[in-house]
Amino acid sequence: MGLLSLTTYSPLLGVALILLLKVLGKGSDTTAKWIALGTTILTLALSIVVVAGFHPADPGFQMVETHRWFGVLNYRMGVDGISVLFVLLTTFLLPLCILGGWSVIKERVSEYLIAFLVLEALVVGVFCALDLVLFYLFFEAQLIPMFLIIGIWGGKNRVYAAFKFFLYTLLGSVLMLAAVLAMIGISGTSSIPDLMAYKFAPGVQTWLWLAFFASFAVKMPMWPVHTWLPDAHVEAPTAGSVILAGILLKMGGYGFLRFSLPMFPNASEMFAPLVFGLSAIAIVYTSLVAFRQTDMKKLIAYSSVAHMGFVTMGIFSGNAVGVQGAVFQMLSHGVISGALFLIVGVVYDRMHTREIAAYGGLVNRMPWYAAVFMLFTMGNVGLPGTSGFVGEILTLTGVYKASTWTALVAASGVILSAVYALSLYRRVVFGELVNPKLAAITDLDTREVLIFAPLIAGTLVLGLQPNLVLDATSASVDHLVAAYQVAIGGAVR
Amino acid sequence: MESLVTLLVFAPFIASLVAGLFGRRIGNVASQSVTTGALFLSCALAWYVFSKWTWGGLEPFTVTVAPFIHVGQFISNWSIRIDALSAVMLIVVTTVSALVHLYSWGYMAEDDSKPRFFAYLSFFTFAMLALVTSADFMQLFFGWEGVGVASYLLIGFWFKKPTANAAAIKAFVVNRVGDFGFALGIMTIFWAFGSIQFAEIFPQVAHLAGKAWWFAGHNWRLMDLACVLLFIGAMGKSAQFFLHTWLPDAMEGPTPVSALIHAATMVTAGVYMVCLLSPMFEYAPDAKNVVAVIGAVTALFAATVGLTQNDIKRVIAYSTCSQLGYMFFAAGVGAYQAAMFHLFTHAFFKALLFLGAGSVIHGMHHEQDMRKYGAIAKFMPITYAVMTIGTIAITGLGIPGLDLGFAGFYSKDTIIEAAFAAGGNNPVGLFASIVGVVVAGLTAFYSWRVAFFTFNGHARWGAASHGDDHASHAQIETHTEPTGHDDHAHVHDDHGHDHKPHESPLVMLIPLIVLAVGAIASGFVFFEHFVGEGQAEFWRGAIFTAPTNHVLHEAHQTPLWLKTVPLVVSVLGLLVAAYMYLLKEGLGARLAAQKGMLYLFSYNKWYFDELYEATFLRAARWLGDLFWKVGDKKIIDGLGPDGVAATSAAVGKFAGRLQTGFVYHYAFVMLLGVLGLLSFAFWAWGS
Repeated sequence: MGLLSLTTYSPLLGVALILLLKVLGKGSDTTAKWIALGTTILTLALSIVVVAGFHPADPGFQMVETHRWFGVLNYRMGVDGISVLFVLLTTFLLPLCILGGWSVIKERVSEYLIAFLVLEALVVGVFCALDLVLFYLFFEAQLIPMFLIIGIWGGKNRVYAAFKFFLYTLLGSVLMLAAVLAMIGISGTSSIPDLMAYKFAPGVQTWLWLAFFASFAVKMPMWPVHTWLPDAHVEAPTAGSVILAGILLKMGGYGFLRFSLPMFPNASEMFAPLVFGLSAIAIVYTSLVAFRQTDMKKLIAYSSVAHMGFVTMGIFSGNAVGVQGAVFQMLSHGVISGALFLIVGVVYDRMHTREIAAYGGLVNRMPWYAAVFMLFTMGNVGLPGTSGFVGEILTLTGVYKASTWTALVAASGVILSAVYALSLYRRVVFGELVNPKLAAITDLDTREVLIFAPLIAGTLVLGLQPNLVLDATSASVDHLVAAYQVAIGGAVR
Repeated sequence: MESLVTLLVFAPFIASLVAGLFGRRIGNVASQSVTTGALFLSCALAWYVFSKWTWGGLEPFTVTVAPFIHVGQFISNWSIRIDALSAVMLIVVTTVSALVHLYSWGYMAEDDSKPRFFAYLSFFTFAMLALVTSADFMQLFFGWEGVGVASYLLIGFWFKKPTANAAAIKAFVVNRVGDFGFALGIMTIFWAFGSIQFAEIFPQVAHLAGKAWWFAGHNWRLMDLACVLLFIGAMGKSAQFFLHTWLPDAMEGPTPVSALIHAATMVTAGVYMVCLLSPMFEYAPDAKNVVAVIGAVTALFAATVGLTQNDIKRVIAYSTCSQLGYMFFAAGVGAYQAAMFHLFTHAFFKALLFLGAGSVIHGMHHEQDMRKYGAIAKFMPITYAVMTIGTIAITGLGIPGLDLGFAGFYSKDTIIEAAFAAGGNNPVGLFASIVGVVVAGLTAFYSWRVAFFTFNGHARWGAASHGDDHASHAQIETHTEPTGHDDHAHVHDDHGHDHKPHESPLVMLIPLIVLAVGAIASGFVFFEHFVGEGQAEFWRGAIFTAPTNHVLHEAHQTPLWLKTVPLVVSVLGLLVAAYMYLLKEGLGARLAAQKGMLYLFSYNKWYFDELYEATFLRAARWLGDLFWKVGDKKIIDGLGPDGVAATSAAVGKFAGRLQTGFVYHYAFVMLLGVLGLLSFAFWAWGS
């Protein structure tokens, strides 16, 4: 078994252990938690080995594993500059998720942990798969544990939220599957590297592009198919929101980069204005909606949609600055939005409400919490020095080249994000502590500090030294962009 | 030299981290000492660098500390650029900051979160230093927004006050409106020049300036478009007309903050940026006219508002806004040197006025309403003396024939003369010079009004009731510091309840005296270097003027009467103020009570806040609700998932009955579906 497969399936080791102990009747919830934590840290260690062994200068796929499967299908894994850091992001966030739910989840604890571990394996699989069918399997299968996490450990309206989540993704999945089958039928291969080299006729590209778009746009989510996300977030347990915002949304952007841009370049060029329009609308529309929210999680969920708008427009700008920015924005958002949901989780665990109006003046009792919250608020606002800035400025710069109108409208997002993020912070943290229920609220405990420390480090390190990421992604992105520009007959920049 | 300037820039940052992270552990005195010590170190180094530059023939250089963002040609490095412009800014920033740090030992003595305050101050200083030493647009933007966030944190320092929190957000958001333009300007530059480094862009400007540039549906002249967009950023940061509304509200912050950030340093960043980018603005005639007109309009607007305000800090805030207008129209007519000179002298006398006002506020038990002042001079003699020096400096008093006067005399007159000289072939210059003269009179009136109203006349504090202007008493009440401020348990109970004003402690007076020296001397000491015969030698290429731009040279050739007019107008302003507030004491209040239309227009700041509230803010709330409740809930969900659910009522009932069981059910169906479809696929194309 190759290193990538080992990384991908290593979380299942934890699943097996937990199940084994359960069968033997010796498993307590605490042991299960430690097993899960240990497993996710092991997976993190393995993915660090992957990143360490990765050659940034090589634009192609590395650590490739190929095994004959059946039919035309091969089991094929590999990573390039675009995918390798998503693997790391996933394995980085998972231990934090396990810690995040440590003392909060009290029912069906081992099932909960198993769901997360299975989810991790499948998501890492999505980013490593180099075979279309294998990708599709991972991509669809990860819906199931997520669906369960929302549906079982969620809030009051979890059924509605899970149902909505299901309806949307179902629509995308069916269309994408049809496209997958068509692609294999036409090209005779399901290998992603081969498909990237294969030239589909422009007319065919249009249909395939639309089918993939349906799936990825829902996943991102893009306006107007975004309404499942706020509901899913609100109902999901904290760790579920972290995974959802931090990683699952990124699969849409990853899909655009892995399939739409390289495999259907002509269609991508043709539909770029559509994507720009939807992205610009998403940024303005959801930022304004976020501003009016009374529920903390909903506000952050809407702000996620706005931030994903930067990603989609960056990808379809089709130039290196925009695409690098998009990848960076996804990684950065993974850290910052994950942290923001954990921030909400901290007070939710103490007060069991997400209503903004129930809070106010927290800084009086929770100064460290206030400081951490401020940092991530600034990251969300895209303050230079935090990772949020780099992705925003690069995607905006990228899209400016393609469409100045889009850049103009999208840039107003920097104003609107300040409006909603700072007013949220003000209403929750500043002012007098008026609600008597808050009088005894406690500041961050050691477990919470342990969770936030790596996220703080990530936000600042990526914000001050973004080249750590940009250098790793540049060769693959340049390669992708060059091929795209050649395909659409544009100049290479 | 390289390690010295690196230390200069990073010392405040390290001190800020120490005070911010370990402040509680190491205590107040240690936190204050570390930050203040670091600032005095930086200040000493800055003066060393500046003197080497001015008298030691130091050549411009750039230290590259580390890479920042590298994507293709989009290359930015963390660097420290030293040239004439940054050397001037280094001394302005570190001197005022060091003095403000020291002053805060006294002013904030009774505050209960001193380490946090000093950490913010030092962090601000670091961001400002990063701004002025940047060698490319990304670091400039980093510093630009860094000072913005420091300003936000410091305006909202007293976080229990709702007005302070609102003012902090307003400052950040209005600045973001400016940054929106600034960012678009940077992008325009990047795609036009293929670089964001000043050193690579400037040499190319001459041959690319006239290029047609497609932006937002129009063809523009490249350099005019880029410069106007960048200037929008400057308008936000420097509180120019349309984007000025945040600055008066920023007075909610502690007064040392107002002196440092909202008078001497941060708000001048816009002026600095325009001067730094003079190689670009020189090739953007339309953009220069925009700068000059906005600057002149701001100078006039802010001065008219300053006439009627009763909060001492707000008068000085509008005064700052107005003086920044002077600097911008100087830059707009091409006299960048004069703009920088006024920036330099203004830093001294405006910081002095603010810190002096802080001393009064401190001595008056946190009362900021001048209607409750009067006859303070004998209780606070030193404050009175330095405030008078500051007032003379800002009103630009001096003797034209002898060329002898306080700081403002040199810098402001140069600006008016330059605008007049530019007026020879550009009506904008003429407009600006007329505005400059008129505003000089208004400046004299409101500045002396503050001085007389505060220090002379009859005492209107203590047992002797309030002033008689109840026009907008309620409004003032919400802006004064004591409300909500008393939680900090330092409304000077320890001073007894006699409400007698008291002179401030030495630690506050020393900075005032140092700044007073600056307000007196900075003009005549540096006149020759900044704008006089030696200016080309001093700037050494840091400011670029086109071969056709002789504005500064011509400014010195203007007739003597032009030097006399501003002086006459200033004296007139002084006399009117003396008449209204000394001779006929109470006349001002009676005029105010009549609530004339012009008075109300001025008092309500031309109704800008009301206008923005009625338009932008209401629109944002209304659109937000519309998109959310109608767009998302009714239309998208109604036609989408909810609609689907409604059509199959059985699903709803099913869902209601089975609760969590339903979830398992669906998960299972999904799994089956996926497997089924895949099996079909394998069957169809398999083997």
